[in-house]
This record gives sequence, structure tokens and C-alpha cells, in this order.
Amino acid sequence: MGFQELIVFLEGTGIADSIRENDNLFPLIESMHVLAISLVVGSIFAVDLRLLGLAWIARPVSRVTHGILPLTWAAFVVAVGSGGLLFISNATKYLANDYFVAKMILIAIAGVNMLGFHFIGARDQSAWDNSARPPFKVRFAGGLSILLWISVVICGRWIGFTMKLG
Amino acid sequence: MMAHGALLELSKWLSATSLSREIQTIGWVIPTLQTIHILCVAVLFSSAILIDLRVLRVLQRDVSLAEVARRFLPAIWPVLPVLLVSGSLLIIGEPRRALLNTTFYLKMTLLLVAIALTACLQWSFASTFWEKRAGKSVAVLSILVWCGILFAGRWIAYTEIG
Repeated sequence: MGFQELIVFLEGTGIADSIRENDNLFPLIESMHVLAISLVVGSIFAVDLRLLGLAWIARPVSRVTHGILPLTWAAFVVAVGSGGLLFISNATKYLANDYFVAKMILIAIAGVNMLGFHFIGARDQSAWDNSARPPFKVRFAGGLSILLWISVVICGRWIGFTMKLG
Repeated sequence: MMAHGALLELSKWLSATSLSREIQTIGWVIPTLQTIHILCVAVLFSSAILIDLRVLRVLQRDVSLAEVARRFLPAIWPVLPVLLVSGSLLIIGEPRRALLNTTFYLKMTLLLVAIALTACLQWSFASTFWEKRAGKSVAVLSILVWCGILFAGRWIAYTEIG
């Protein structure tokens, strides 16, 4: 099955039909999406500000990440699940929307930034875990993350103004 | 209904102001205001939830509630005025969307409750009240109220009349 067929198949599923047809289902899922993405973005900012050395600097970086990222991940799962449901309800129209495509690319870059930090940047974490101002590569990853997630929210809000859902 | 008539008059008057006309006619203003609004909501909502989850001992058990509150309460108060200003500008741009919408008043009522709960926490985060069952119930209530605010906020777009 190619990508086009997959999109057509997803749009034709019963659940996609229900989300399109039911007046309350779309807003309900959309509200959950907004709630989840707010938690993702807000909690990631709290971690990024620690990486930048701008907030909660008395607390080791590893304590901040262990304390906050479980919330980020839980919310991310809900955001992807609810976003996926919104997507399949009008997959073709979303894929034709530049802001939607940009949003997906930005999330992918944010993912690469996070993996790069986790597997490469944080190798010597014990050396700067307690430091108020972590090394440049760490601050860079934190700053980039904030910019990326702000851009994700901008694109997300613009989707609603550039797409006419029927 | 008199209140409804007065709100209708207020909406008409607001939409005739030059500020409202600017917001209505310049295409990027409303989405930009909404983006600023949602980013502020993200910071405020996450900060409140992180404090509530510490009260419930779900996250950050290795530090005291006082330390978590001292980190995240200062992220709540300064963001609130930005939300009020961006929200007010959105209302001035599209007065009927909010002022004649029951969902908007539900959101404002829940917001007042959330602010009251946050103020309680601000005054008493060092108290042992938050370790008791009553304190944990307040944290659960706070989470529900904040979720209600976010739901109502999105629902305003779907319940506007006319």
C-alpha cells in the first residue's frame, strides 16, 4: 500500500467518518489536543530554561528533567493520539496545508534536537549536571527547543485559519 | 432580557471602534493574538499542573512543595496580565463571539476559581494543609478547573451565535 492509498484508506475508516460527521466530536478531540500540546510546550519550556541556566539553577539538570519530563511525555502521547484522529478525519486537506506540513517538520526537528541532546550532548552530563550555566551545546539545545516549540504553536494556530473544514 | 440587550449594545459599540476595525481588517492580527494567548496558556497551565502534581506527590517528590511553588508560582502571576490583554484585544476585535456566548462566561467563572485557588497556594504553600487529604482534594479541583478553562476556551469558537 502506497502513501496515497494509506491516506485514502484512513479517511475512509469509520472513526474518520464519525469525527467528520458528528458536530461535537471534532471540537472535543481538538480541545484535548490543545490541552495536551499546552502541557507539552509549557513543561518543555521549564526544562529548556534550566538547560539555558535561566531558571531553577539550584536544582541539578537531571533532577529537573526527571521531575518534569514524565508529564511532557504523557501529554505528548495524548497530543499525538488526538492530533492523529483530527488528521485522519481530513487527511487530504491537512496534507495540502503548508502550515500543517511545516508543523510536522518542526516537530521532527524538535525530536532530532532532543535525541541529539540525549545521546550525544548529555554524554558528559555528570560534568555539568550541577552547574548553574551548562556548556554552550546544552544551552544551544535548550534555546533551539524553545524556538521550535513556539514555531509549532504558531503553525498549529495558523492551520485553523488557512483550512476550511467541510 | 435586559442584560442581553445591554451586551448586544456593548458589542455593537465595541465593533464600531477604530481599534476593533483595525483588528478585524488586518488579517494576521487575530491569529497572532491567539498564538500569543495559547503560548501564555501553555506556560500558566503547565506551571499550575506541575505544582498540583507535586501536591498529589505524583512528580518531584524529592523536593518540597515550597520549592516547587517558589519555582512555578512566579511563572503564573506575570503571565496572567498578558493573557488578559491578549484576550481583551480578541474580544474587542470580535465582541459578539465572546460577550454573547455562554461558554465565555463559563470560562471566566472557572478562571476566577483558578485564580482564587492559586492565591490560596501562594499564601500557604509552606503549610502542612497541602499534605492532608483536604489539600490534595484542592489540587485535584485545581487540575479539573484548569482543564475546564482550556476546554471552554476552545469551545468558544464552536458556540458563537449569529
